[in-house]
Amino acid sequence: MELKGKKVIALGERDGIPGTSIADCMKTAGADVVLTLTQCYV
Amino acid sequence: MDLEDQSLIQRIAEEHGSDTIVVLGQPDADSAEITAETVHNGDPTWVGPLAGVPLGLPVYHILEDEIKGQIDADMYENEVGLMALTMDKEQIVEGLDRARNGP
Repeated sequence: MELKGKKVIALGERDGIPGTSIADCMKTAGADVVLTLTQCYV
Repeated sequence: MDLEDQSLIQRIAEEHGSDTIVVLGQPDADSAEITAETVHNGDPTWVGPLAGVPLGLPVYHILEDEIKGQIDADMYENEVGLMALTMDKEQIVEGLDRARNGP
């Protein structure tokens, strides 16, 4: 599956990898980030 | 998953159609599986907007080799590298596979 050109929903988690980190990584692969979320379970 | 987040994901998926994928950053197999299940097959807890709504979105985890291999190595190391050391990739991928290969 090629990331380039894909519309990516970056769905991270506070205790794992945050959505913003996933989004930054996706951009380097040529993907278009359309939503960035970081879930938080307390 | 938060009900508001489910609504957002549903709206974005409907707007962008078949080119949309989800990339997760959950720290363990259980949370990865339930999140993948929600965006692929519908909310398994049957309380959110995605209850009974199988969006069918392709779902991956950022630790998977197929994804990692396409990311700039320096960026990956800075944003993911340290946290990845504390996460069990094999278990997480098994959790994802259960959701991806489900009904």
